[in-house]
Amino acid sequence: MKEIALNSVPHNWYLLLSTLLFCIGIMGVLFRRNAIIIMMCIELMLNSVNLLLVSFSAYSGNTDGQVFVFFIMVVAAAEVAVGLALLISVYRNLASTDIDILSKLKW
Amino acid sequence: MLADSSLITAGMLIPLFPLAGFLINGLFGKYIPKSITGWLGSLSVLASFVCAVYIFYKLPSDDSLHIDLFNWISFSNFNIGFGLLIDPLSITMMLVVTGIGFLIHLYSIGYMHGDEGFTRFFTYLNLFIFFMLLLVMGSNYLVMFIGWEGVGLCSYLLIGFWFKNDAYNDAAKKAFVMNRIGDLGFLLGMFLMLFHFGSLDYETVTAKALLLPAGSTLIVFITLFLFVGATGKSAQIPLYTWLPDAMAGPTPVSALIHAATMVTAGIYMITRSNVIYALAPITLEVVACVGVATCLFAAIIGLMQNDIKKVLAYSTVSQLGLMFAALGLGAFSSGMFHLVTHAFFKALLFLGSGSVIHALHGEQDIRKMGGLSKYIKITFITFLIGAIAISGIPPFAGFFSKDEILAKAFEHSKAIWIILSVSSMMTAFYMFRLVYLTFFTDFRGTEETKKHIHESPATMTFPLIILAVLSVIGGLMGMPAVFGFPHKFQIYLSSVTEGSKKILEANNAGEISHSTEYLLIATAVIAAIASILYARYKYITKKEQPAEDAALAGIEKVISNKFFVDEIYETLIVKPIKVLSDLFLVLVDKLIIDLIVNASAWIVGLSGRTLRLIQNGNTGFYVFAMVFGIIVLFVLRLLI
Repeated sequence: MKEIALNSVPHNWYLLLSTLLFCIGIMGVLFRRNAIIIMMCIELMLNSVNLLLVSFSAYSGNTDGQVFVFFIMVVAAAEVAVGLALLISVYRNLASTDIDILSKLKW
Repeated sequence: MLADSSLITAGMLIPLFPLAGFLINGLFGKYIPKSITGWLGSLSVLASFVCAVYIFYKLPSDDSLHIDLFNWISFSNFNIGFGLLIDPLSITMMLVVTGIGFLIHLYSIGYMHGDEGFTRFFTYLNLFIFFMLLLVMGSNYLVMFIGWEGVGLCSYLLIGFWFKNDAYNDAAKKAFVMNRIGDLGFLLGMFLMLFHFGSLDYETVTAKALLLPAGSTLIVFITLFLFVGATGKSAQIPLYTWLPDAMAGPTPVSALIHAATMVTAGIYMITRSNVIYALAPITLEVVACVGVATCLFAAIIGLMQNDIKKVLAYSTVSQLGLMFAALGLGAFSSGMFHLVTHAFFKALLFLGSGSVIHALHGEQDIRKMGGLSKYIKITFITFLIGAIAISGIPPFAGFFSKDEILAKAFEHSKAIWIILSVSSMMTAFYMFRLVYLTFFTDFRGTEETKKHIHESPATMTFPLIILAVLSVIGGLMGMPAVFGFPHKFQIYLSSVTEGSKKILEANNAGEISHSTEYLLIATAVIAAIASILYARYKYITKKEQPAEDAALAGIEKVISNKFFVDEIYETLIVKPIKVLSDLFLVLVDKLIIDLIVNASAWIVGLSGRTLRLIQNGNTGFYVFAMVFGIIVLFVLRLLI
């Protein structure tokens, strides 16, 4: 079996990739109007952090990062469940997923 | 220092009984029937009196008892405990306060019968006795000051007892404010003592004062400030005008507070501090001058008063002046002796006048009285005894105490002796003017009132009789040495007054011979009898009556209007203060303070109106705000 030479891929590339993914996720959350898309972008942000943690774990030989990823995944799953339930409730009342319609929480 | 535990218990119980009476009547008075509350209040004072008598018999006269209750204030090197000191001087005062206090409580059961504030009256009276006992039993100036302020408070509550009347409330306020002016002096004296001597205990202050050079300015200032406090409390010039106005209160109040106890607090305080006063001869001169001036001044005013209680009020001011004159001459035990005898006959006179007022259903003007000796015999006889006692006729109590003071005055300065003798003559005159116009000649009131004249009930006449007996035999405890008897009172107080005696004897003018003293006694008695006979001539033989107010002119008008002192104070002091306070209302209160408060409220409103616009309800904006906040936090984290 051919050894995967990890040190052939510089660690920085993983960090950059992770940061890029995170920024894409943020921009999606800020600029998109569809609630489902926003939820997908949140997931994207969470996964970028997962990637970061795993890369650090691999490059330092410490498995703590991978264990923490498990926690993040559990939290992400639970959060998605709740978020989608809220989304369905909103859709049933307003027949739309556009977040600009939700503007009554004001003075 | 005797540490007998039964004495300590008795000592602690003495102020606790009236306090318990106050609490029970005050908190539960509504639920206790009125027939009991009066007796509850009276018996609590009787219990204190019994304990005081017990201590009087058990404690030797050269011993003192210290009861340290707890350590009260201690910071850096100041240490002020809360304790009681029981020595002959405080025992004397305790006996007077609780004994006469009990008699007056008993009297009040009859006098205040039917009044809607009956229970409240006894609550206040018990509270007063408690504070007065604290005053006389305290072991340092601060505990005395607690009692000092407390009796001022109770005086206010009791003078304004019938609070629905505005004039009475004004009188109560006047009493309290004038007391407070004096209290400022007392406080300043205490501050000086605390600062320079580090303590307020009587013994420590005395010891440290003795170490200072003779006639040092510090001691002069301390004693002068304390004396200012005494002028306020004991109604001397210039802070005396509250006492005649205080007659607005019920008569038992006038008897207890403004004759026998509260006003004597100043005398007690100076006697307690006799050593430091002896170290400041300048202050003693001031005390004597003020006392003599007040004695004469008040006596002159008393000559023309027509309200039965006002005559007695000015008589009290005059007699207090006499006591202060005694203190100023260095005769501390004589001043205390006159305090005790004066308490007897002045309380008797006030209670007697209350009996007269009660019989005439509220009439207090002596021009509408007359001939009452036929109708209210017990009141008449006891009142007459009181009047004879105050005029200084032997062998009644007043003669012995007055004679002592006049003898001391003669030793010191003939001028003072002349003024005091003239005041005594005036005292005899106006007292018997009061007696003749009230009890002799014909009744000048309405027929309606005449039908209802009746003698007072037993609860009122019994104290009168007891006080009359005391006025007769009270002098026995202070028989002058010239008659060959031991002066029991002076010997009893010697442990307290010996400190000042040693200092004053160093620069004493010397005692007068026995023959001079006989001459002085004879002069005083003859002068008093002459005044009484002149009053008799004027009011019984010539049947003169005091003129109506409108008919007065010249010097009589000035005297009858109390030398316009109240009006002078009103113009010189009260009006400017009112103008100043109005000025402050407009300038400081409305312009500055209101401005600050309203402006801060306006600022809060403005910021609220502006900041709420951030809540625009746009979900996207909220998400953006969250992200923005996180970025700011990150940047700050990197920078700081």
